[in-house]
Amino acid sequence: MTAIPQTTLTSAKTGKRSGIVRQTSSVLFLLILVLVPLAATNFVTFQITMLLVYATAILALNILTGGSGQFSLGQSAFFAIGAYTCAVLVEHGGVNYLLTLPIAAAVCFVTGFLFGLPALRLSGVYLALATFALATAMPQLLKLGYFERWTGGVQGLVTSKPDAPLGLPISPDTWLYYLTLAFSLAIYAAATNLLSSRTGRAMMAIRDNEIAASAMGIDVALYKTLAFGISAAITGVAGALGAIAVQFVAPDGYTFQLSIALFLGMVVGGVGWLPGSIAGSAFIVFVPNVAESISKGLSGAVFGVLILLVIFVIPRGARQIAEYLQATIEGKRGSA
Amino acid sequence: MLRPPGNWTSDKPAFSASEARGEKPLLVVRNVGIEFGGIAALKNVSFNVPHGDIVGLIGPNGAGKTTLFNCLSRIYRPSRGDILLEDRSILQQPKHRIAAMGIGRTFQNVALFSTLSVRDNIRIGGHSITSGDAISDMIRLSRRRRTEERLDEVAREICEFLDLRPVEDLPVSSLPFGTQKRVELGRALAMRPKILLLDEPAGGLNHEEVFALGSLIVRIRDQLGITILLVEHHMGLVMSIADRVVALNFGEKLSEGTPAYVQSDENVVKAYLGSKAT
Repeated sequence: MTAIPQTTLTSAKTGKRSGIVRQTSSVLFLLILVLVPLAATNFVTFQITMLLVYATAILALNILTGGSGQFSLGQSAFFAIGAYTCAVLVEHGGVNYLLTLPIAAAVCFVTGFLFGLPALRLSGVYLALATFALATAMPQLLKLGYFERWTGGVQGLVTSKPDAPLGLPISPDTWLYYLTLAFSLAIYAAATNLLSSRTGRAMMAIRDNEIAASAMGIDVALYKTLAFGISAAITGVAGALGAIAVQFVAPDGYTFQLSIALFLGMVVGGVGWLPGSIAGSAFIVFVPNVAESISKGLSGAVFGVLILLVIFVIPRGARQIAEYLQATIEGKRGSA
Repeated sequence: MLRPPGNWTSDKPAFSASEARGEKPLLVVRNVGIEFGGIAALKNVSFNVPHGDIVGLIGPNGAGKTTLFNCLSRIYRPSRGDILLEDRSILQQPKHRIAAMGIGRTFQNVALFSTLSVRDNIRIGGHSITSGDAISDMIRLSRRRRTEERLDEVAREICEFLDLRPVEDLPVSSLPFGTQKRVELGRALAMRPKILLLDEPAGGLNHEEVFALGSLIVRIRDQLGITILLVEHHMGLVMSIADRVVALNFGEKLSEGTPAYVQSDENVVKAYLGSKAT
């Protein structure tokens, strides 16, 4: 009865059978995620940790763009703030790394909310450009001499890798993986809950028709800035998790290219489809390597061609593939 | 405000039953004026909408009917005059408070949340009668459950009332136009309005649909007790269901009274036909 709808943004075709297919695939996928470190090397485990980190950041962008209809090319700035909040607190404040995660969320929520206020006056491409400005400014702000005492300037900060607590017999990489997995799943569940609730529907109403939303009594300004705040907070947690996993933060790790990559990941995963975030993340993490293995000299061009292929063949991204698979499986079951 | 007793003997039969009983009108539009780029879209428009009435707002294209509606839902802000709902000025309230004050509306060309389902559209209509916060929504606190139960109940009732149960789960963009208009009506009803503003509800409907719409509007008034102000070009519909009619032309009030009175008013006939009828 109280099952959470798996795809909150699709309202159509919520038959009982499609629920079974969805639930089965979700459980299978979850099982794979839990078991993966048992079979993988430390390096692969680390890579999948980063996959989850970026998936969480893409999820955050999906709430903002897919949910409330606002574009952002400034996510790398929030990612950076989260990462630096974590690293600075651990290195200079001696704060436990687990404690830095909620702090990073809070700091980024406030930053995102405040940035959302002036952004209210902008929409569409203008908002995209304004957020882009934030993304381009951030690496230089982190290098500023004034902050250098804490941020380490151009050199950045190195943190130590935390061991598994309570003497658990797992490697630090495996521990970090499970930590990241736990946070990612919790955030995913919260995001799903959000979008299937009054708050989420208010955001989607604004996305679909701002004037009508306002006539329904929705405080458009509040929910738009709230979407920015929540999105920034989640991105901040992703950034902090990334900083813990990489054990290093530096300004040049958080350029606007990260924003573009996250945006690309969202599109490849399917705008507004939360489960697609992991597919989008896989695309931005692994496909550049694939491109490089095809041609070292022209890896960028190969990557570009692959992006074009996605746009032309599956314009709605991973969501389209998932819907196709679902229809095929159900079709077979139906005829059997 | 009560009308001066002198009006009782006036030849304008412009009173409703509730005003005759001496009740205050639900909605008062007082000397409202608004300009766009120096052109007056509304000039000194005043009229009252009594409790429980169906009031028709008619006039040729460009008469200012939709502009007036947009003032009533605060999409536009009138430069002059005031609009009072139950003696409270709606112009003093922020835009998103209008729904909670009790003004619900539909739009001329259907402004639904097109990617969402019928049920979600109606749930969003209930936004102003429920409360919630992002935290309880994210971690499923009991506040969220109470709100969702309330909204589910509202959506169920309204879908029942408007025969929308079979299409509840479908995205509204997949529905025929007539059904979409019903969904929009349902969305407005979900906010439990005191007054419902309908902007050309019959536009784009066929003959039978218009007939059904007429009885539906009367049912909304009779069963749900909602006062109705409707802009409509379909004269047959207005004249058959309205208790009183306000006619606008070039942003000014032309005539006001019972449907029969307004229909025979020389000014109104002139505005529609361009010459004096004999």
